[in-house]
Amino acid sequence: MPKNMNLKKILIIGSGPIIIGQAAEFDYAGTQACKAIREEGIETILVNSNPATIMTDEGIADKVYMEPLTEEALTEILKTERPDGMLAGFGGQTGLNLAMTLQEKGVLDSLGVKLLGVNKDSIRKAEDREAFKELMLEIGEPIPGSTIAVDMEECRDFVKKEGYPVIIRPAYTLGGTGGGFAHNDEELELLCRRGMESSAIGQILLEKSVAGWKEIEYEVIRDGRDNCIIICSMENVDPVGVHTGDSIVVAPTQTLRDEEYQMLRNASLHIIRSLEIEGGCNIQFALDPYSDDYVVIEVNPRVSRSSALASKAAGYPIAKIDAKIALGYSLDELHNYVTHTTSACFEPTIDYCVVKFPKWPFDKFRTASRKLGTQMKATGEVMAIDRTFESALLKAVTSLEVKCDGLRVPFVTGLSDEMLRQKLAACDDERIFCIAEALRRKLMTVDEIYEVTKIDRWFLNKILFIVEMEYQLQEEELTDTLLYEAEEMGFTDSEILELTGIPRAALQDMRIYHDIFPVYKMVDTCGGEFDAATPYYYSCFDSEDEVEVSHRKKILVVGSGPIRIGQGIEFDYCCVQGVWAIKDLGYEAIIINNNPETVSTDFDTSDKLYFEALHVDDVMNVLKKERPEGVILQFGGQTSLNIAEKLSKRSIKILGTAFKYIDLAEDREKFSALLGELGIPTPAGCAVTDQEQAFEAVGRLGYPLVVRPSYVIGGRAMQVVYDDDELKKYLKEAVSLSEEHPVLIDKYIEGKEMEVDAIADGENVLIPGIMEHIERTGVHSGDSISVYPHFSLPEDVVSTLLDYTERISAALHVVGLVNIQYAWDGSQVYVIEVNPRASRTVPILSKVTGVPMVKLAVAAMLGHRLADSEYGTGLYTQSRDYAVKVPVFSGAKLTDMDVAVGPEMKSTGEVLGIDPDLDKAIYKGFLAAGMNIPETGGVYVSVSDHDKTEATAAVMKKYADLGLKLYASPGTAAFLKASGLETEEKSFEEAKAIMGAGVDLVINVASLANHKDSQGFSLRRKAIEQGLPVLTCVDTAGAFLTAIRLKQAGTSLEYRRLGTNF
Amino acid sequence: MEGLIYLEDGTVYKGKGFGAPGTRAGELVFNTSMTGYQRILTDPSYKGQIINMTYPMIGNYGISREDNESQSIHAFGLIIKDTSMRPSNHRSIMNIDDWLKLHGTPGIWSVDTRQITRKIRREGTVKCVISNEGISPEEAETVCTSAVLREDWMKAVGVRETVHIEGPGKRVALLDMGVKGNILNSLKGYGCDIWMFPYGTSAEEMMAVKPQGLLLTNGPGDPALAVEAVEEVRKLIGVLPIFGICMGHQILALAMGGSTYKLKYGHRGANHGVYDKEIDRSYITSQNHGYAVKGDSIVLKGMEVTHINLNDGTVEGMKHRKLPVFSVQFHPEASPGPGDSQYLFAKFVKLMEGGAL
Repeated sequence: MPKNMNLKKILIIGSGPIIIGQAAEFDYAGTQACKAIREEGIETILVNSNPATIMTDEGIADKVYMEPLTEEALTEILKTERPDGMLAGFGGQTGLNLAMTLQEKGVLDSLGVKLLGVNKDSIRKAEDREAFKELMLEIGEPIPGSTIAVDMEECRDFVKKEGYPVIIRPAYTLGGTGGGFAHNDEELELLCRRGMESSAIGQILLEKSVAGWKEIEYEVIRDGRDNCIIICSMENVDPVGVHTGDSIVVAPTQTLRDEEYQMLRNASLHIIRSLEIEGGCNIQFALDPYSDDYVVIEVNPRVSRSSALASKAAGYPIAKIDAKIALGYSLDELHNYVTHTTSACFEPTIDYCVVKFPKWPFDKFRTASRKLGTQMKATGEVMAIDRTFESALLKAVTSLEVKCDGLRVPFVTGLSDEMLRQKLAACDDERIFCIAEALRRKLMTVDEIYEVTKIDRWFLNKILFIVEMEYQLQEEELTDTLLYEAEEMGFTDSEILELTGIPRAALQDMRIYHDIFPVYKMVDTCGGEFDAATPYYYSCFDSEDEVEVSHRKKILVVGSGPIRIGQGIEFDYCCVQGVWAIKDLGYEAIIINNNPETVSTDFDTSDKLYFEALHVDDVMNVLKKERPEGVILQFGGQTSLNIAEKLSKRSIKILGTAFKYIDLAEDREKFSALLGELGIPTPAGCAVTDQEQAFEAVGRLGYPLVVRPSYVIGGRAMQVVYDDDELKKYLKEAVSLSEEHPVLIDKYIEGKEMEVDAIADGENVLIPGIMEHIERTGVHSGDSISVYPHFSLPEDVVSTLLDYTERISAALHVVGLVNIQYAWDGSQVYVIEVNPRASRTVPILSKVTGVPMVKLAVAAMLGHRLADSEYGTGLYTQSRDYAVKVPVFSGAKLTDMDVAVGPEMKSTGEVLGIDPDLDKAIYKGFLAAGMNIPETGGVYVSVSDHDKTEATAAVMKKYADLGLKLYASPGTAAFLKASGLETEEKSFEEAKAIMGAGVDLVINVASLANHKDSQGFSLRRKAIEQGLPVLTCVDTAGAFLTAIRLKQAGTSLEYRRLGTNF
Repeated sequence: MEGLIYLEDGTVYKGKGFGAPGTRAGELVFNTSMTGYQRILTDPSYKGQIINMTYPMIGNYGISREDNESQSIHAFGLIIKDTSMRPSNHRSIMNIDDWLKLHGTPGIWSVDTRQITRKIRREGTVKCVISNEGISPEEAETVCTSAVLREDWMKAVGVRETVHIEGPGKRVALLDMGVKGNILNSLKGYGCDIWMFPYGTSAEEMMAVKPQGLLLTNGPGDPALAVEAVEEVRKLIGVLPIFGICMGHQILALAMGGSTYKLKYGHRGANHGVYDKEIDRSYITSQNHGYAVKGDSIVLKGMEVTHINLNDGTVEGMKHRKLPVFSVQFHPEASPGPGDSQYLFAKFVKLMEGGAL
């Protein structure tokens, strides 16, 4: 069926902010979809509130609306644009839910907009538990015994019939929010209640558990003519019971015979045909390891995290093909975009092994339980490709950027036998390392570990092989054969050096003499059967190298690895922009990265893609192969910056700011000295390596202090301390003090915080804009609401910021991007931090000012002068619009994470509210962040003693003036009453009882954050679970007043396309 | 033990030996299936061939009692990247190493199988020698040069005498040129009463059991050498419904006066899309053939092309314009591979019941 010619204009819904369970994969899918549709000559309109995405960039869609993904906003935009069709399958659960609402309310019909790809009926059948169950029964596909419940009585009845364990899943949620296993009555009560609360329709599914079975996934595509194909099968190393987002996943399936594979393949086709999905779909099965019995667990009728993984694993652009199908094409009319010569209607065959490893935020959320279950906790993932499972697994572990380059993790190897057994059984994020350690100590056999973990023996045996190789390296003399075998199995140099004890120089000599270097092979969708045109490579130790190195001048961009708190999709945005700029400037652009969810690892983003770990050894191997003019490290966040020193020492040319100056900016002492020379104030501070030095520093600086380890991402383990006890506790628990890892202690400057992103060419500086934070200093910039342009700074402060930025850039010889954070205490401007690299705010500023920051940065690195560009130098013309960045937290996902903001970053994503009116922009920001803005009802207030100030009272008075009833904890109530505000005193316990029933908003400034056993912690958790906004800084509460006020006034908002304001 | 693969152009690939010790000469081909190694190795169509698997880890789920397409391994050798000596599957009864030993088939692992695949892609299938007995490349060269590869294996791999598999349904005469077990199972699924005839059986002998349909099976070798079969099949066209699979399809084409040719490196795998003109749909198919039917050679002989390979446009199926005669190049019985085209067996049964194409 050829393209539907009636489609001239299509609207695509994006997925909004990044939260756990809905991450960068939707930027990747949405970008592909926009491009696929636009190249057909169809006008594409994109709506997405997430500024950090590539899809919202100029040149991807014809028009971008960076507006809240709400029913109201979409309705207005649809009215303005009048598209012929709408695509919702690329916006994750957010997009689907929104499309469902618009369809149900008749908006789409009344405007004559056709819902493309998915239809309401198939969404309902796939997502509504009861409808899905009915369909499966009707078509004879097995499902576990289950029931739908909307009240506790039904839950109890089900268990009486089926027995424990049962699994609880709420209907219509993201990443399995609020689900879990119940093994007894108590757990049943808890999980069922929570599930019903977190479901959009108050509905949960109770299911007899098949935990311990193999978890198998298929990515299926169907077109309008009923042609169906499987793109990729995947086997979860972790059995059913661990959310697939938290499982180590391998592609293709490894332990399934052809019969089993085909049985599930047939079931997949059967299901997608019955659901009449046109496009992609993910189907999850549980397969009994002891029989041919299987059950269908779940169907996702849209692109997903798994489809992004499958796309990268198989080399097949699922989202692109999906989009073409939505336009009316059938699979056999499309060609394979990788080979160019063969058909898209085939099933990719893989001639390598793919391992996906999740990246968890437990280093940030120290209070969160590390136990893995049905609630997804990972923020991102890495993917590794190699010829065998062992090598792919080790490569994935290397890509994680944790404290190990193999399966030997110091914490795990240090456990007692008993602790090790316990940890192994606990099923946490370090389980794979525990398995290796148990095998290493010969504490347990493969069979014993299987009994505990239900991880298939095939995987366990492979881990055993790795452990056996460790022993071989430790015990035998290192010969060239052994070295090759270890490398082939995926051992990193650092592991080999540690295990053998030979010096690095000897290893290098051996490598050179025996020519033991990796070769690169292509991901070509067809196992080498056809000639392929895609430049998508992975390394392995094998005979033939397939890379053809061109004679063009080339530049390598080092990517940012997995998405984690503090290093999100914005760095992928910068890498992709960087690649495009390199191409524009006439060079060949090469990227190295390992994150399967991203646009940067899409096969047609760069001229060449190396899917590799970002370890210095791996980067060096690619450099050796390609011999580029230079390497760009400033776009990949701290990940790429961290290898600057090693590359620099190996005489690799780093484009942009030289390592010497990167080091100068990152080394506290050297940097303070520099600022001293420049006469630029910075909070007094020092680095300490032991407790004695720390208290000596206290004597000099006085409390309050900001403490943090050196070289950090996203303010990991950073804290404001107010007294000796807090400091002692911090030094003991949060960091491991040593010569190598000093702790930085700075005077805490209380005041306004500002952020400046600039581009420098070594001569001049261009500042696209200044962002002013709503929250005072002490709240991590990633978690602050920040506003472009600055709205309350006096002229002299602005000019000081410009002056300092220019002088610092000059002193650091910045070439490319730099991000500087400033504090202003009302009298003086201080420099808090300088990051000689791209930052979180680069995509935001690029979009709202129209200055292509990354492109200018690349141009500067390649010797172009800013003064010659149309954007000039100095502070760029201010936009007529305000842009308000509001952070989004995944608090509902991590049930034991504290949502209180502080110096440590906790948000997973962000949205932007844009409007010429600041108040409206703030209002839009809160709406886009999905916060429930109460118009009436009550506010529960509890603030720390530091915050019992006049300013706080003034904010609370405004809440009262808006007609909200004030409730407060005893101390805060006394303070508010004393300030003349009518307040009802409620203890935390009393407050918890009326959450959502009297209390509609919580303002709680914690004196002690991140302590699970504190009362405040459980208060905040309770509010989050009830879906209430929880504001943990008085400044945020002040801004939120604006949203309430505008909502009460029934303010109508205008929605405009991005780029109309420059 | 060291192992090697010697190609007739002098190329040598070294690896490690497993399976039965031995030195064999054969045609080097590659297969892109990710699962189903046991069925592939026991498929009689691989007689005389040395299989290079593109999927790098072979042997993961071991060997089961059920997954055989015939009683023995027909391939002359197996080349893989990596193997699992400790397989895992509830049906596994042994590992692939022991199984190859049991059947006397040599294997080599730790080879860059993708390099071999790319070589075959560039230069086509070649004569080669596989050895895991520690022979030198020079010795391998001698073996290679002196070896004459047999091209008429279809005459030798089927039943030696007539075998009757009783069933309550339609009576099928099956000309066995190396039938795969699952073709028989598929027919049994329809209750067919199957008479398996050895290669060389005359049309008259086959007709003597009063069949209601004729099935021409898959099999190894060059169809042009199956002159006897072509001759007998020609006599039966128009006499009873005929269904040809793979070699059977090629023999049918030759019997109709068409011609076949050798593909550069064949189709061996489980992922090719095939377009069925008659129903305007495409299916994923299981494939294993080195020869193909020339499209223009049959269209003037009363046949029309019904199925086309979506990748290279080669003929994947044909039917007679008037008579109940049809055939496909791919494997509707799958095993290994997708069973999307199982409907063709139903079609055959319908023809035998008097239905039209």
